[in-house]
Amino acid sequence: MADFVMPTLGADMTEGTLVQWKKRVGERVTKGDIIAEVDTDKAAIEVECHATGIIERLLAKPGDKIPVGTVMAVIREEGQPAAAPSRPQLFTPQPVSTQPVLQPDTGTAASPLPGSRLRISPAARTLAAERGIDPTGLRGTGPEGAITLDDITRAAKGAVGVATSANAADRQARMRQTIAAAMARSKREIPHYYLSTTIDLSRALAWLTAENGRRPVTERLLVSVLFIKAVALALRQVPELNALWKEGEAVRSERIHIGTAISLRQGGLVAPALHDADRAGLSELMQRFQDLVKRTRAGSLRSSELSDPTITVTSLGEQGVETVFGVIYPPQVALVGFGKVVERPWVADGLVVPRPVVTASLSADHRVSDGHRGGLFLAELDRLLQEPHAL
Amino acid sequence: MNITYREAVRSGMREALQRDPRVFLMGEDVGRYGGTYACSKGFLDEFGPERIRDTPLSESTFVGAGIGAALGGMRPIVEVMTVNFSLLALDQIMNNAATLRHMSGGQFSVPLVVRMATGAGRQVAAQHSHSLEGWYAHIPGITVLTPATVTDARGMLLTALEQPDPVFIFEHAYLYAMEGPLETNPVAVDISHAAVRRPGKDMSLLTFGGSLWKTLAAAARLAQEGIEAEVVDLRILRPLDRDTILSSVRKTHRAVVIDEAWRTGSFAAEVSAVIMEQAFYELDAPVVRVCSEEVPIPYPKHLEEAALPSAEKIVRAVRRLLG
Amino acid sequence: MTPTPSDADTRAQILRLLGEIAPEADLAALNPDVSFRDQLDLDSMDFLNFVVALHNTFHIEIPESDYPKYLTLNGCAAQVAASRT
Repeated sequence: MADFVMPTLGADMTEGTLVQWKKRVGERVTKGDIIAEVDTDKAAIEVECHATGIIERLLAKPGDKIPVGTVMAVIREEGQPAAAPSRPQLFTPQPVSTQPVLQPDTGTAASPLPGSRLRISPAARTLAAERGIDPTGLRGTGPEGAITLDDITRAAKGAVGVATSANAADRQARMRQTIAAAMARSKREIPHYYLSTTIDLSRALAWLTAENGRRPVTERLLVSVLFIKAVALALRQVPELNALWKEGEAVRSERIHIGTAISLRQGGLVAPALHDADRAGLSELMQRFQDLVKRTRAGSLRSSELSDPTITVTSLGEQGVETVFGVIYPPQVALVGFGKVVERPWVADGLVVPRPVVTASLSADHRVSDGHRGGLFLAELDRLLQEPHAL
Repeated sequence: MNITYREAVRSGMREALQRDPRVFLMGEDVGRYGGTYACSKGFLDEFGPERIRDTPLSESTFVGAGIGAALGGMRPIVEVMTVNFSLLALDQIMNNAATLRHMSGGQFSVPLVVRMATGAGRQVAAQHSHSLEGWYAHIPGITVLTPATVTDARGMLLTALEQPDPVFIFEHAYLYAMEGPLETNPVAVDISHAAVRRPGKDMSLLTFGGSLWKTLAAAARLAQEGIEAEVVDLRILRPLDRDTILSSVRKTHRAVVIDEAWRTGSFAAEVSAVIMEQAFYELDAPVVRVCSEEVPIPYPKHLEEAALPSAEKIVRAVRRLLG
Repeated sequence: MTPTPSDADTRAQILRLLGEIAPEADLAALNPDVSFRDQLDLDSMDFLNFVVALHNTFHIEIPESDYPKYLTLNGCAAQVAASRT
């Protein structure tokens, strides 16, 4: 049996609301299939499953608020008999609070203490889930104080309508709060250091103009894609920046998944992953980037895109900003910022000439890397952007 | 028409003997004595010694002979005095009766019916009082029936005789003297479904055989307290009618299993496991068993009563379950 | 003879394309002579998508060097009209 749990879709997520199941009980699923749509404080996310097999049971129903790490469905993996073993941490709905509870992600799901498990009958637990009732506060009238079906029925009569999905304004407010939590945690826990360098873009832009001149309008590249690819390749040289901080130490990621900060038109931002950005060609990367932006703004991201980034890249040049001093998105350990591409006097071969330049900055976690390595990273980034054809 | 359970068994056997010349009755004291429980009284005169055969006190021999006769095309009814003595024939039952169809690749059938008394409550001490039908229900290849009503006592026998494979009928000794209404024109009785003997919505009381009447008495008392208990008579222990059990539990969300056998390894444990496996999320309370105390059934009346399930014990179990 | 789409039709279509990219924008209040990017807060990805949409709708070739001509509603309308002559 494989448990399908509410995934962590970013450090700031503590729970999600099931919008709908995309699979039915008895249906076959393959690793990577979209199994559910989950509403987080940031967006509606299509959640992929990590097992191949048959859906044995769906434990949550649309509208349920489900804490991260809670079992939502059980998948019978190939070759296993149908069975329903009891499991310790099945989904039970949590109280619907008007005050979002924000806590730093500890990396593991909170599991109840052995002695504190709720004494509730299986049938009552099932009914409570169906009715969206939190049984934790109820007084049980069954054997040894167990909460029974009757107790849930009584509670259901007393309960008023339960809100299941947030309206846009709510989500806006909640997104602000989740960003607040993640950023406050970042500044509280991560000793940031900041480095920046100004990079001559004349070669990169000349190459891009020529390249786009050859390409039909539907296949043209944006300079941001060059930046993303260059960051991905530079990370190969300084891999300690491509890591996640877990339980007191940095764990380097073999793969390079660039979280690309995408602002939402209604406000707020999301930084979903471009997977394996170091291995994708520019055209492919551009296409995926375009698709990612479109889906981010349409609110149809996939769970892996939110949970996988190993570093974040943010570009604020569109707003006229020259230099970014970014706040690292935990548990990542670095963030790369790009400002506006501007014409500046540049000294080349003893002459002052106008050149398009960009300021690239690195915010990095000093627990994991030092300024020397950070500097090497920016130098490598500069070098790569001088050879755009090699990107 | 009210008749005794003993009369019902007798009437069933008589009808079978009358209508099918392949049927014969064999066992200890079934002829001259008229049967230990008087179920074959008068048969020797009516059907003669060829068809009503007294046997030596050797269960292995006459059950084996019954298996041979069935293989040879007869329809024997073998009476074993009590389930306690059937253990002497266990090798024949388990290694021959239950296996021959399987081991012959379907070439041989053993259309044998074995009747035996089971259960306690009559102060006949440990060696005559045990309830081992649950053990037999463990064996694939045989059918295990536990008629609890006069209609079943008569009708199940007739249906059993139509089966191509061995059928074991467990008649609770306490029931022989009990009277009950015989349904008019009872023909064949179904031997595949459990029966809801009393409908109710608050609790499922699952039982069989002699315990049915204690359970119904308990349900009547619970009704006075406003608790509507559903009483399910399992009737057939193998193959067990799981659907009826599960649909009752899905309705009531609580189950008490009453079984006169010892709790450890009892048939009640099997029923409880079925509920856990297939209706866990319907349960509003743990499944409770009311079984006999884990002692050889005592001879003294007060100790025997104390050892066995009773209506009082069932009522107490239900109240505990309701919190 | 196929009737030529009026200038008003063209402008309505352009506004529709913009509306798809910036659904929350008040397009009625758009100043036709001021850059969309400033008025509607379009980033380069949005603008690229807009240019692609113009290309697909009006079947016009838009080299990258011409992008500045498409930054205003009046500019777009003029370019579309020019492409038809």
